[in-house]
Amino acid sequence: MDRIPILKLGDALLVTIQVDMHDRLAAALEEDLTERIAATGAKGVLIDISSLGIVDSFIGRMLDTVAAVSRMLGADTVVVGMRPAVAITLVELGLELKGVRTALNVERGMALIGRWLEDGDGDERDGPAAGDANDGDGG
Amino acid sequence: MAQNGSGGLAQTVAEHQDEILSEWLALQVSGGALQSGRIKEAELRTQCRTFLDLLRDGLEQGGTDPEAPAFGRAKEVLAEVSRSRGMQGFTPTETAAFVFSLKRPMFNALNRTIEAAAGEGGGAVRAASAATARDTWDVTLLLDQLGLHAMEVFMKAREDIIARQGREISELSTPVVKLWDGVLALPLIGTLDSERTQVVMESLLQTIVDQSAEIAIIDITGVPTVDTLTAQHLLKTVAAARLMGADCIVSGIRPQIAQTMVHLGVELDVTSKATLADAFRVALTRIGRAVVKAPRAEAAAPVAARRR
Repeated sequence: MDRIPILKLGDALLVTIQVDMHDRLAAALEEDLTERIAATGAKGVLIDISSLGIVDSFIGRMLDTVAAVSRMLGADTVVVGMRPAVAITLVELGLELKGVRTALNVERGMALIGRWLEDGDGDERDGPAAGDANDGDGG
Repeated sequence: MAQNGSGGLAQTVAEHQDEILSEWLALQVSGGALQSGRIKEAELRTQCRTFLDLLRDGLEQGGTDPEAPAFGRAKEVLAEVSRSRGMQGFTPTETAAFVFSLKRPMFNALNRTIEAAAGEGGGAVRAASAATARDTWDVTLLLDQLGLHAMEVFMKAREDIIARQGREISELSTPVVKLWDGVLALPLIGTLDSERTQVVMESLLQTIVDQSAEIAIIDITGVPTVDTLTAQHLLKTVAAARLMGADCIVSGIRPQIAQTMVHLGVELDVTSKATLADAFRVALTRIGRAVVKAPRAEAAAPVAARRR
């Protein structure tokens, strides 16, 4: 079975989804990513979905879950490169991914993770996405 | 029977065509058809003459059934007249009067046939008046049908105008403006329904991608009322922009609207400011820019421009 590669870049993990996601691939990614975070002690996870043309509710929820699990393991997640059509679909599905940070492209996403790492242990979060909302989605 | 009757009708119309035309025109003019100045008398005369010619042809070939193919040309001309009146802004009454004012001249023409028969003696009068009664009924039915047809085309033309304007409004009123590198503004004007939200959302998200914007300011100064539905649409747009990695600032919330929203229990989970200027200031701070006062001296102006 295909697996999505997870690259380690300093204290961050980089996941670029280049193929259309199906449910088993998504479940495998969730599992792999969790193990890699635990193994490497990464502080940030960047998921690039700029090649994803279709995102259904399952993938949407997977992104949310990955973010929640990563946070439990001490890493923050940023999802980058979401397409306009995908964003509209997710919003219409009611999946606003409140627990996930987002950025326009990989460059900005890495800059965001870099800022977290500079700030220290990754617990501090800047910007308007409040920590309270994140905790609510965790369960 | 009907064929005979309509044959007589066609003949009557053909015989009295000039009188019918001038009487019809006079009726329309006295009814105020030219008062608005939207149509010239010559134009009206041409329209009337063309229609009357075609109506006569229709009567000769197709009897009094307005659905008959012989009336096709007459109906086309009528549709054209009605459509142009719809475009020119005539009222429905004025448009309907075009057909219905033809009734009186037609009835007068029929009466004149009886008068002509009266000279010939008793039997002819009885036959002519019987035929006239029948013809009157036929003409009424025919003109009513044509009048309805005219109204239908008229309403259709008006509806087309309304639909086109609706499309134009939704295109016109959703511009996405670039305020600074990475800062977009979306001045919303008019009521936000789901269809417009879709258009707004799509154009905003596309512009965010095109300009790699970090911050989008949604200005709702021009939105008259914000109810729960509008707020929901607004929040959807904000959420979609956030998913793309851009922050949204909502500005231009008027005091009454702010009150309404709080009363309705709508919480905008975003940074919101009272004016676009405030929102722009916040946006500049977030991208690490500041507006400073430039030295006023003319000589220093180019230097200052370059330094910035």
